[in-house]
Amino acid sequence: MTFAPLATEIFLLSMACIILIVDVFLRDERRVLSYALAQLTLLAGALISWSMLGNETQVVLHGTFVSDPMAALLKTSILLVTVGVFMYSRSYLVERDIFRGEFYVLGLFAVLGMLVLVSAHSLLTIYLGLELLSLSLYALVAFQRDSAAASEAAMKYFVLGALASGMLLYGISMLYGATGSLDIGEVAEAIALPGEQGIILVFALCFIVVGLAFKFGAVPFHMWVPDVYHGAPTPVTLFIGSAPKIAAFAMAMRLLTEALGGLYGSWQDMLTILAVLSLVIGNVIAIAQTNIKRMLAYSTIAHVGFLLLGLLAGTTEGFSASMFYAITYALMAIGGFGMVILLSRAGFEADRLDDFKGLNDRSPWFAFMMLILMLSMAGVPPTVGFYAKLAVLQAVIHVDMVWLAVVAVFFSIIGAFYYIRIVKLMYFDAPEGDAPLAVSPDMQIAMSLNGLAVLTLGIFPGGLMAVCNAVLS
Amino acid sequence: MGFERFVFYVFAVILVYAAARVITVRNPVHAVLHLVLAFFTCAGLWLLLEAEFLAITLVLVYVGAVMVLFLFVVMMLDINVSPLREGFVKYLPMGFVVALLIFAEMFMVLGVKNFGAQAVAIPERHGADYSNTREIGNVLYTDYVYPFEIASVILLVAIIAAIALTMRRRPDTRSQDPVAQVAVRREDRVRLVKMKTEEKSG
Repeated sequence: MTFAPLATEIFLLSMACIILIVDVFLRDERRVLSYALAQLTLLAGALISWSMLGNETQVVLHGTFVSDPMAALLKTSILLVTVGVFMYSRSYLVERDIFRGEFYVLGLFAVLGMLVLVSAHSLLTIYLGLELLSLSLYALVAFQRDSAAASEAAMKYFVLGALASGMLLYGISMLYGATGSLDIGEVAEAIALPGEQGIILVFALCFIVVGLAFKFGAVPFHMWVPDVYHGAPTPVTLFIGSAPKIAAFAMAMRLLTEALGGLYGSWQDMLTILAVLSLVIGNVIAIAQTNIKRMLAYSTIAHVGFLLLGLLAGTTEGFSASMFYAITYALMAIGGFGMVILLSRAGFEADRLDDFKGLNDRSPWFAFMMLILMLSMAGVPPTVGFYAKLAVLQAVIHVDMVWLAVVAVFFSIIGAFYYIRIVKLMYFDAPEGDAPLAVSPDMQIAMSLNGLAVLTLGIFPGGLMAVCNAVLS
Repeated sequence: MGFERFVFYVFAVILVYAAARVITVRNPVHAVLHLVLAFFTCAGLWLLLEAEFLAITLVLVYVGAVMVLFLFVVMMLDINVSPLREGFVKYLPMGFVVALLIFAEMFMVLGVKNFGAQAVAIPERHGADYSNTREIGNVLYTDYVYPFEIASVILLVAIIAAIALTMRRRPDTRSQDPVAQVAVRREDRVRLVKMKTEEKSG
């Protein structure tokens, strides 16, 4: 038995434990050391998993863990996105007096859960990875103890999340009953055999899709998304809205295409319903929001609709388009929520749309960054959002579901309204207050890199797209 | 076979009754006690399935530790139940319909037709010298070592989260500081004041 394929996970777990211990001995003014260690851990982890990109597919630890190129790419992106999340969150936490080591330790454990999820080759590992991720996130949402809204959000997230995990587990147990195995490969083989288990398998599939849809936040299992995004401290919203979407994509790939690929016809219909509803509800209700965190929450729902479109196409082209979408969406999401943090200061949350008024007068550079991010979310060229949407739509059209592509385009045009509205507020309205923008240097670097990355990837999407294609073929 | 089936139905009926009472009784303490009953009967069912080790663990861990702790917490809290039940009647019909639908579907799919003796072979009975504790021990740290380790990390996260969310130093809490108490000197506590003796009046 070899442990080499698990290098990233083992490294991350060891470092999380070390940071946990180091943090106990630090005084408050030296707390930044925990932050630096966490960032180094993530960067080193990203390097390790990037180096595994070319490796052969390997299933180790009695079929519970798989190391393949897809896992390597998704792990690298999760780790890098989390670096961005931590960079944005530092000044917010310091200003609100919740700059504590536990934030980073819990964050690292959540990342570990995502990595486990990405590399799962057994239904049991999928469930455990998901729980590790979710439990860390519940705690992070409640992290700001003095905030009643955060506690309420954590409670809602916890109860609904537990329900969804229960659904998923129930589906898994039925799948186990029907196929007699937890190993994804063996489950796929058992399904491929002709038999009379069809009805049980579809029944199990229903529960699994419900669990997945909840984790994605797809309509009609989206009720928690706006409340949790709104109530949680902004750095946590930033975290929940970005990296876990990549992990959820990996979970869908492992469960739907690898384990239940034989039931493609059934889950394609289910995902179609979820995707269309998400596109409709997400884009239309976002228009009515006055709080930017809620607005971005509904925008997430709409983006999840697009992500599901690529999955339901069921072709390699669709999967790689979906993967590209998940990774680039995470990049846009951290930028969007990062801007909310950037405009906030001690005792003031810039989470209303009106707080963006006249941003151009206060800081032309950040207004430009926000412009890029919003146009990217709306899908305007030459930003990366355009290319991501285009790739997904191409995949859908190639499997002859033109009506679906038309629906998607129609509702993203409706959706463009609320992104453009922010651009209008920033450039054409007068600022409400004249409080100067106090932006810490790491935040400036993160935001500039983030915005430019979205622009650069939009102009040269070929590299990332090629990697996405390569890891799936 | 006949007696075993009788025992199964006795346990099953009590289990369903107890589980239903957990969510219908008004008093939270009674709910917890019903949950204990549910766990006990569930352990009984597992014994019938020859999963002795798991049955004993269920009683030891859940009944012995978790539920007792739960009972303490519930007794400490002063929960006013009536506001919690405000929406209960309003949502009851809808919930009932959904529950009935799911139950009917499950009954059709998971019934005897698909999981009965014709579809799935009846497992063989093991002899009296068969130890399923040993069997679990054999696979837990070999085949399932990776899930086992992840489960332990989940527990670690639970500990960290519980401490991070509840431990705080509030300035208004009064607590003793033994170090300061021991290090105290006479001069800190007693102040000698020199005063003139007063003249006797009168």
